[in-house]
Amino acid sequence: MRSFKELQKVLINQKENYPTLRVALLGDSATQFLSVALRALALENGYLIDLFESDYDQVERQCLDLSSDLYEFKADYVIICQSTQKLLANYNQRGLEDQVNLANDRVDFVKTISQSIHSKLVYFNYPEIDDCIFGSFANSVEASFLYQVRSLNHELMDLSRLTPNLFICDLASVQNKIGRDFLFSPSLNATSGMVYSLDAIPLVMSRALDIILALQGRLKKCLILDLDNTLWGGVIGDDGIENIQIGQGRGIGKAFTELQEWARKLKDRGILLAVCSKNTESIAREPFEKHPDMVLKLEDFSVFVANWDNKADNIRRIQQTLNIGFESMVFLDDNPFERNIVRENLPSVTVPELPNDPSNYLEYLYSLNVFETASFSKEDVNRTRLYQVEAQRVSQKNSFTNEDEFLASLNMQSEVKPFDRFTFARVAQLTQRSNQFNLRTKRYSESDIEKLSRDHENYHGLTFTLSDKFGSNGLISVIILNKQDNSTLFIDTWLLSCRVLKRGMENFTINTLVDYAVKNGYSKIVGEYIATAKNEMVSTHYEDLGFTRIASGKNILYELSIETYKERVTYIISEKPL
Amino acid sequence: MKKENVLSALQEIFRDILNNELILLSEETNSNDVEGWDSLTNIMLVVTIENHFGIKFLSSEILGWKSVSDMCDSILMKL
Repeated sequence: MRSFKELQKVLINQKENYPTLRVALLGDSATQFLSVALRALALENGYLIDLFESDYDQVERQCLDLSSDLYEFKADYVIICQSTQKLLANYNQRGLEDQVNLANDRVDFVKTISQSIHSKLVYFNYPEIDDCIFGSFANSVEASFLYQVRSLNHELMDLSRLTPNLFICDLASVQNKIGRDFLFSPSLNATSGMVYSLDAIPLVMSRALDIILALQGRLKKCLILDLDNTLWGGVIGDDGIENIQIGQGRGIGKAFTELQEWARKLKDRGILLAVCSKNTESIAREPFEKHPDMVLKLEDFSVFVANWDNKADNIRRIQQTLNIGFESMVFLDDNPFERNIVRENLPSVTVPELPNDPSNYLEYLYSLNVFETASFSKEDVNRTRLYQVEAQRVSQKNSFTNEDEFLASLNMQSEVKPFDRFTFARVAQLTQRSNQFNLRTKRYSESDIEKLSRDHENYHGLTFTLSDKFGSNGLISVIILNKQDNSTLFIDTWLLSCRVLKRGMENFTINTLVDYAVKNGYSKIVGEYIATAKNEMVSTHYEDLGFTRIASGKNILYELSIETYKERVTYIISEKPL
Repeated sequence: MKKENVLSALQEIFRDILNNELILLSEETNSNDVEGWDSLTNIMLVVTIENHFGIKFLSSEILGWKSVSDMCDSILMKL
């Protein structure tokens, strides 16, 4: 982590052309240093921050008064850092009978503001302080401060499960990792009302920014693993399968077992795993097939690359197969040389500087918090399977000379449905994750989607699934239509998961949209393309579908007349009529 | 270490933290004389000075400083 002073220097080189996020930062202690760190860290990640800061200790006033400057500001994100030190002061002023209400009172406050603040709310939880009034017996006394802080953190978790726009920034975990004596500076607090030490501030704010970046769709999707001395101890080609260190008994096998278990948990929550190893492929595969102590199996990996080419080229290959951005990839390798090759050639890939001793791998990786996310759904659990099926399709495609013949052979079906409560989470997640096939890259939270689906007068949201003879891809496309006037339908959102590119989903979708427009009396459909660093692939999307470009100031708008529309060829059949 | 050595070390730190190569410190200098020396930058100055000399100030010392001379005295006491 950079020091605070280094971060301050970052701010000198402001970049004009970065996208801007509107962020309100409220705290019950001095926030000036936090805001410097936030702006600098955001800048390093390609964002400018338009920052709203309130005066010292104005959290309640700003949040509860609906006419306050905070609401006027209309932030994309509101970050609230209330400290355990101030919570303790609050507790200290309470009578004995009221101490027991501390956690509930604070949770009620958070519940209230998460309803009135429509922005996404990033709320710091409370690093524990034991005031040592009861010693360990505090665990048995409901009115003890320790009991109240722990209950509060637990209730915040419960609340965030039920509140789609509330995201808990887990400062308590940060303190568990680095210790309170590092996080908290009593002398700064006494002299200047600053709770966190100067050295801890970059880390504190990076955890808040991690959440914002995840909500902006900047998250990691793939973990690429080296094998020798990364996933097991020793060199499989030299030592042989019976001598590698994995599992109980041999060497530090336990350390590697734990790393594999970590990777498997990531896979189970939707992170794709890939192997990138300098090895003969058959030898590299052997432990996965035959070693009884291996946690990871071949079927856990979406791509397996083992050869003698350089690793940057191999990661390019993995990128092409999975069709995800380099910036969403994390590469683990024990060898500094390989790490540097990848860093130099593919600077967007995250390459952690693994410690020399493999027994320290995990604690080090925990400290980086690379896999922050803003949602978790059923689709995540099945992702690896989806990508493996895709690899199968790719290999079958090669046996067809004609693209149409291949598509027809797939027996594709799509189920088209309006948004419902079973799909809110997945729709929001797709708007946050999709970068390439995304015409306007408009991000929505789950609560946005829910709200929009109730506004039948102005909005119509559609989800599309796609299945074929190899299996189901799940929910892969989202359309949000916005009624502009009685004759015009505007495509607010059109996105498609990249794993189903080139199946003719575009044609099927536009046929569906025209069908909807006809049934509801519209005469034209208008689409817009907003260019980003990542969505070049759809720059001619509307023209390809027969839309006409219309001049409209700075915006790139396209129009499709319903009257002259000819149904487009598609090999996808609607599972259920709309 | 002599007071003048401490003073020149402080001058370097002030220049670095306040980003101004023209700062000249004397014993009489106080926060009104130096542009940008406020309660916030003071925090950074304190932390940097502590790290530089490998010392820790008492909170009461920090609050009691009236001039650069007082800072030098606090430092010299600990060296």
